[in-house]
Amino acid sequence: MDIKEIKIIGGVNKCGESENVKELIVKRGEIFGVVGPTGSGKSNLISDIEQLSQGDTPSKRKILINGEIPETEMRRNPRKRRIAQLSQNMNFLADMTVEEFLIMHAKSRGITSEGIVEKVIDLANNLTGEPIKKDYNLTILSGGQSRSLMVADVAVISDSPIVLIDEIENAGIKKHEALELLSGYGKIVMVITHDPVLALMTTRRVVMKNGGMMEIIETTDEEKEVSKKLSNIDSWMLSMREKVRHGQKLSLNDIKAQKVLE
Amino acid sequence: MKMVIVAGTPGAGKTSVMIHTIKQLINKGKKPAVVKVDCLYTDDDKRYGKLGIPTLIGLSKDMCPDHFAIYNIEEMADWAKNQNVDTLIIETAGLCHRCAPYTKNSLGICVIDATSGPNTPRKVGPFLTSADIVAITKGDIISQAEREVFRERVLEMNPKCTIHDVNGLSGQGCGEVSEEIIVAKELSDLENEELRHSAPLCVCTLCVGETKVAKKHHRGVLRRIDGFTKYIGE
Repeated sequence: MDIKEIKIIGGVNKCGESENVKELIVKRGEIFGVVGPTGSGKSNLISDIEQLSQGDTPSKRKILINGEIPETEMRRNPRKRRIAQLSQNMNFLADMTVEEFLIMHAKSRGITSEGIVEKVIDLANNLTGEPIKKDYNLTILSGGQSRSLMVADVAVISDSPIVLIDEIENAGIKKHEALELLSGYGKIVMVITHDPVLALMTTRRVVMKNGGMMEIIETTDEEKEVSKKLSNIDSWMLSMREKVRHGQKLSLNDIKAQKVLE
Repeated sequence: MKMVIVAGTPGAGKTSVMIHTIKQLINKGKKPAVVKVDCLYTDDDKRYGKLGIPTLIGLSKDMCPDHFAIYNIEEMADWAKNQNVDTLIIETAGLCHRCAPYTKNSLGICVIDATSGPNTPRKVGPFLTSADIVAITKGDIISQAEREVFRERVLEMNPKCTIHDVNGLSGQGCGEVSEEIIVAKELSDLENEELRHSAPLCVCTLCVGETKVAKKHHRGVLRRIDGFTKYIGE
């Protein structure tokens, strides 16, 4: 099935009152932001979409695909699932090697595993510091390694027309590269973020409060300008971080040399 | 009357899942009753009691709770008939991973915890492999990839089951479990009803209270660690 859009039909907030936003449509090719304070219900919104909820979650939201209620099989069977989700759960609990896990996951999604293990690990190693090896046990991976592996796994094995991403900036990995890898061309992407750089990269964003969708904000031209400048500051911060990580010393010159706000 | 038998590892969320499922059944006009079988202690009668449905507790004490549940199945059914209900839900304690308390014409629901890791479905035995429905809990704690791997392992062990991802806290997914109960067949002839899987082989001196560990004190059907099985006794 060709997925053109998803529609979220608003339900209720944590107090049981109707959400301000009654209906939200995200179309193919759009990167859509989800913002709001901790505990405001961002992850629940994403999880409603992942589960293709039909009024059966506490939020009572309904999710339509191309304007229709999706088939039960699509909700249940990963082989028919068209949604990839990168949640905030950063650690693996499975007691298996990286290779076993990836082969098993490829099988669950119904794709052939030829060469897929190497592909996922190579991509993951582009995002993180110390490389992951295929015979490592999943549970010994560091937070950053786990997260990189999850990102690469979502990009390759769960490759789907709808991509849901929860706070990628907290992962200690290269967030821009990760987002690029995940979003791809012609997908529906929803990103939960507290990071202004990522939030302003989206075309629109929904503001969450008390479990409900409060309002939808369109990114203005001025915000896009702000986004570019923030992005410069961000890459400057990143370059400082890399220096510290690699055992170099910073000097006042490192700050003076950067005229990031101009 | 329909009979639903719920089994699963301790702490997997059997009671929480069934409470949400029963609420859905009540909303759909059904009349369920529940029996909880546990070993030493349970306060689940209070949790089930809040639903305002007939609730019965069975404590098996020093007996295997699944054996206890099986011997008492007729009493439970008689009790449920007197309560004038249309669905009897029996929740077992679920301890040794070896029993499958489902009978052939009941609906067997296995509740299993996704955070126990994808090797668990290989370890738990007939209560998973002979279930009609497998309800996987706590999936919100792990990544989507790990959830899908867990699901695949369940299907490897029981290819015919229907899998539901359920959340014992929010009740998500329990609506679908209640639908399965509604379409389940009636159980009419309890006298000729059979277990789907034999209960574990275990007739030995330990079963009747011997506490000494040395081999010479034991009689009955004994299996050595190398797999050799013999009967010692008269």
